[in-house]
Amino acid sequence: MAASRVKFGVVVFPGSNCDHDAYYACKKILHQDAEFLWHKEADLKGADVIILPGGFSYGDYLRCGAIARFSPVMKEVVRFAERGGLVLGICNGFQILLEAGMLPGVLLRNSSLRFVCKYVHVRVEHASTRFTSVCAQGEVLAIPIAHGEGNYFTDHETLKRLEGNGQVVFRYCAADGEIVDAANPNGSLANIAGIINEAGNVLGLMPHPERASDPVLGHTDGQKIFHSIIESVLLGEHSLMTAESGRR
Amino acid sequence: MYLSRIRITLRKSILDPQGKAVEHAVTSLGIGRVKDVRMGKYIELTLDGGSEVEARQVTEEVCKKLLANPVMEDYHYEIEKV
Repeated sequence: MAASRVKFGVVVFPGSNCDHDAYYACKKILHQDAEFLWHKEADLKGADVIILPGGFSYGDYLRCGAIARFSPVMKEVVRFAERGGLVLGICNGFQILLEAGMLPGVLLRNSSLRFVCKYVHVRVEHASTRFTSVCAQGEVLAIPIAHGEGNYFTDHETLKRLEGNGQVVFRYCAADGEIVDAANPNGSLANIAGIINEAGNVLGLMPHPERASDPVLGHTDGQKIFHSIIESVLLGEHSLMTAESGRR
Repeated sequence: MYLSRIRITLRKSILDPQGKAVEHAVTSLGIGRVKDVRMGKYIELTLDGGSEVEARQVTEEVCKKLLANPVMEDYHYEIEKV
């Protein structure tokens, strides 16, 4: 196939503020196609991957992400995910995925009550996902967080199911990869920083990989998540094509 | 017309850090006897026409679908004819 570029669709809600960072990382750093998708549009413009970016959609009114999920574009995003399309929710995007029921659980106010903005370490708990395939199992990534409501919570049964299915993809950890309370920036249950759905095509995480992609900014670990996605989409197209030509 | 007065509170099992902060502030004011503080939201809906039963149904639906997140919140409401 000639086109070896992946098209990222970055949804823009009123109050999104990391949309441009995500667009910039995809387009200028990773040299892929990227397009903004205004929340009122019901057209995903042929995107291979949808990014729900960070920010304060609808001013965080009511609850973070609670209003954004009713935006027209979200109906299409849900449909896209049901067909197996890749959806990445970053920070406020993660909150929206939870409110929309595309991932289980909630994000509560940070236990410190403070907005936390700093680099953290997260451990890749499962390197076999479509979002982490270029990482090593147990690899520690340095990626910044910036949120006031990132304290992941869910009931006991759901947590057990998440752990059992290998859906906990990222955990806050110390620099050496050890999962300790001191490395938990917000009080998240089981140090959870990011989870994936059962089908493996919807990932939500609090850290901002798009802010750790441009070498100028000092850290590039976030690129690994984008590279995994790109690889997954390109391989997926490839295997689809071979399957089709096999059928003929 | 009917008025729904809705209170949304964090579920008992969920730590309320905001309430805790206020509790500490109360203690540092030197006011004793305040054992616990829980914070929540108060919302009023004004409903057009219909019966009280309908007002109750609408309130219930709005709470369930939008105002409260059942994973972390409970809701209570009273309905009054206005």
